Amino acid sequence: MSLSLIIKREFNAKVRNKSFIVMTFLSPLLFVAMGVIIGYLASLNNSDLVKVAIHDKGSLLKADLKNDDHRKFIDLSAMPLDAAKKTASEEEYEGIIYVPQVDSLSKLSTDVEFISNESPSLELVEDIESVINDKVTKSNLKTLGFDYDKIEKAKADAKVHLSKFSGEETVKEAAYIKMAVGGLAGYFIMMFVIIYGNLVMRSVIEEKTNRIIEIIVSSVKPFRLMMGKIIGTSLAGILQFAIWALLGTVLIVVLSTLLDVQMGGAAGAVQAAPAASDNVATVLLVELLKLPLLTIVLSFVVYFIGGFFLYSSFYAAIGAAVDSETDSQQFLLPIILPLMLAVYVGFFTVINDPHGTVATVFSMIPLTSPIVMLMRIPFGVPLWQLVLSISLLFATFFGVVWFAAKIYRIGILMYGKKPTYKEIFKWLKY
Amino acid sequence: MASPILEVKNVVKQYGNYTALNSVSLQVPHGSIYGLLGPNGAGKTSLIRIINQITMPDSGEVLLDGEKLNPSHISHIGYMPEERGLYKTMKVGEQALYLAQLKGLSKAEARKQLQYWFEKLEIQGWWNKKIQELSKGMAQKIQFVVTVLHQPKLLILDEPFSGFDPVNANIIKDEILALRDKGTTVIFSTHRMESVEDMCDYIALINKSDKLIEGPLQEVKKQYRSNTFEVGIVPVNIEQLFAGIANRYTTKQASFKTLDDELKLEVTLPEGATSRELLQTLLQYGDVTYFVEKIPSVNDIFIQTVSKR
Repeated sequence: MSLSLIIKREFNAKVRNKSFIVMTFLSPLLFVAMGVIIGYLASLNNSDLVKVAIHDKGSLLKADLKNDDHRKFIDLSAMPLDAAKKTASEEEYEGIIYVPQVDSLSKLSTDVEFISNESPSLELVEDIESVINDKVTKSNLKTLGFDYDKIEKAKADAKVHLSKFSGEETVKEAAYIKMAVGGLAGYFIMMFVIIYGNLVMRSVIEEKTNRIIEIIVSSVKPFRLMMGKIIGTSLAGILQFAIWALLGTVLIVVLSTLLDVQMGGAAGAVQAAPAASDNVATVLLVELLKLPLLTIVLSFVVYFIGGFFLYSSFYAAIGAAVDSETDSQQFLLPIILPLMLAVYVGFFTVINDPHGTVATVFSMIPLTSPIVMLMRIPFGVPLWQLVLSISLLFATFFGVVWFAAKIYRIGILMYGKKPTYKEIFKWLKY
Repeated sequence: MASPILEVKNVVKQYGNYTALNSVSLQVPHGSIYGLLGPNGAGKTSLIRIINQITMPDSGEVLLDGEKLNPSHISHIGYMPEERGLYKTMKVGEQALYLAQLKGLSKAEARKQLQYWFEKLEIQGWWNKKIQELSKGMAQKIQFVVTVLHQPKLLILDEPFSGFDPVNANIIKDEILALRDKGTTVIFSTHRMESVEDMCDYIALINKSDKLIEGPLQEVKKQYRSNTFEVGIVPVNIEQLFAGIANRYTTKQASFKTLDDELKLEVTLPEGATSRELLQTLLQYGDVTYFVEKIPSVNDIFIQTVSKR
C-alpha cells in the first residue's frame, strides 16, 4: 500500500518535472539534428575542391595523378620551379608536388617532394605515395621480367566458411552483429544507471534538504521509502527511454523518407534470405534473427533490474549520507569506475574473445556482470555461467540493499557535516 | 491516575560512545498536554524518534495504550518535527493527501479531513499552490494540518511555535487546545520552557540524557515553591518597617512592574509562617499595593534542579 503510494509519487514528481518533459521531447530532436548537422558538414567538406600544383618536367608522374571531384592537379611544369612555387602559393593551392628529373624510376620513391605553406592532409600525401609506389613497383617488376597483370591474376582471396557443430552456417560479419546487439544492451544499462541513479540520489538529497524526510520516516520504513524511490525513478526512466526510442524511430523514418535514403526492404530480404546468401546485408539480418533473441531479451530484463537496483541503492545511500550534491563527488567515483570498466572490458575483450578468462570473470563480478554478460550472451553463454552470474548479482543486490538501507536510515537524519568513509562505516554498526 | 496513553520504560539509546538517553521512563496520561522540556541536546529528539519508531531503543520499551509499539501504531501518532519541511514543488492539496495516505487514511477520507481543516483555517485557496509559492508562516500552517489530518490520538509537536507569528501562533494554540478537549493527547517538546508552560498539564524535564523531574505541573511547582512573596508597600516609616520584619523574614530588593514607585521587596517566609501573618505584619507599616506569591517558573525549577546535582 504505502510502497505503491511512494512509487506513484516518485514517478509523478519525476515525470511532471519541467526539465524531464523538455529533455524527453527535445533529446531525440537534438540527436537527430546533430546527426543531420554532422552529415551536412561532412558533405560540405567532401565537396570542397582541393587544387594541387605539380611540377614534373620529365612527365614521370603527371599522367598517373588523376583529377576527380575533390582534387584537381594543375600542371606548372612549364615554369621554372621557383616561379611555380610562387604561383602555387599565390593561388592558394594546397601545395606543389615537385618531381625531379631522374634517370631511374626507382629513385622516385625517395626523391619526390611536397612543398606547401601548411601541413598537407594525410590523405593527400598517402594518395601521392601510393601512386608512386604503384608506378615504381610496376617498373621494378618489369625490369625483373615479371608480367604485372599475371601477378594480379595469381593473387588469392581466401574466405573461411564458419559453421557451428550443430551444422548451422555462419559468417564472420555475424560477430559484429552480436557485438552490436550486446554492446547496445550493455551501453544502455550503463547510461540508464548513470542518468537515473543520479536522479535517485538527487531525490534523496531533496527530501533531506527539504527536511520532509523526518515526517516521511515517521510514517513508513526507510527501506520501503528507498525501494519506492528506486522503482518509481526507474519507471519514469523506462517511460523516457520508450518515448525516446519511439520518437527517434519516427524521426529517422520520416527523415530518411524525406532524404530518400534506402532503408532496405527488410521484409523482402527475410523472404529472399536463403537464396541471396551472398548479400551481406541479408546475411546479417538472418544472423540477427538467428540470435537467441528470447534469451537476450529475458536476460536483458533480469540484468537491467538487478544492475539498476544494485547501483541505485548505492546512489540512494550516497544521497542519504551527504547534504548536497556537491558533497557527493568523492563517493560517486567508486560507482562510476566499475561501470566504465565494464563497458571498456566489454568492448575490448568480448569482441576478441567472448569466452576468454577476462570476459568470463567480468561477467561474473556483480558490479560489471550486467554489462559484460549482456555483451557475451549473443555469442552464446553456457547456462551454468548465466545462472551463477545472475545468482551472484542478486545475492550482492540484497546485500547492498541491506547495507545501503542502513546508511540511508542513519544518514537521512544526519545534518550539518560531510561524513567521511570512516563515519559511514560506523553507521553500519548502529 | 488512569492508565497512561504512552509509557516509556527504561529506554536507553546510544550512538557509538555517546549516550543520548540514559534509562529514561515517562508516563503520559490520556488527554493531557505534556511538556517534554530540556535544553538543546538533552535527548528529547532521540526520545521522540523512538516513540515514532524512526529509530529503535537499545533497551527498554515503549507502550502505546498498553501495547508494545508496532507498525500499526504509526497511524495513531501525529508528529511535527522541529525541522519543518514539505516537498517544495508539490501542490499543497496533493502533498497533504499523499502524507495522510502514508499514515493509512483512505484517499476519500483524507480529502474530507483536508477540506475540513482548510475551511477551518480559511486557506481553501491554497489547494493548488506549490509550497514554494507560500510564505514561511503559511507553510507552517500546512505543516500543522498535515500533522493532525489523520486524527492521531497522540500528537507530538517539536518546538511547535517556532516560526509562527503571534497571530498564527494563537490560532494554532487554540486548535491544539480544541484537539485536547476532544481527547487528543499532546506532547510538546521544547527547550524554550516558558513558551508552553501555560498550556501544559504535565511536564518532564530532561537534561543530558537523564530525566530529572516528571509530574503534573501544579505539583511540581508546589514541590519547588519557596514560600517567597513579592511585596509592594508604601511605608509610613521605612526604618520602622525594616525593624519590624527583618528579624522574622528574609528580605531582598525585588523588581517587578507596578504603576507607582513603591518599595519593592521579596520576602521569604520562615518554616511554619503563613502569608496571612506576613500580610498582617506588613499592613502595620504602610499601604500594601502588591502581594503575590512568587511561583517558580519551570525554567527556575530546571536551573535549580540542574545546579543541585
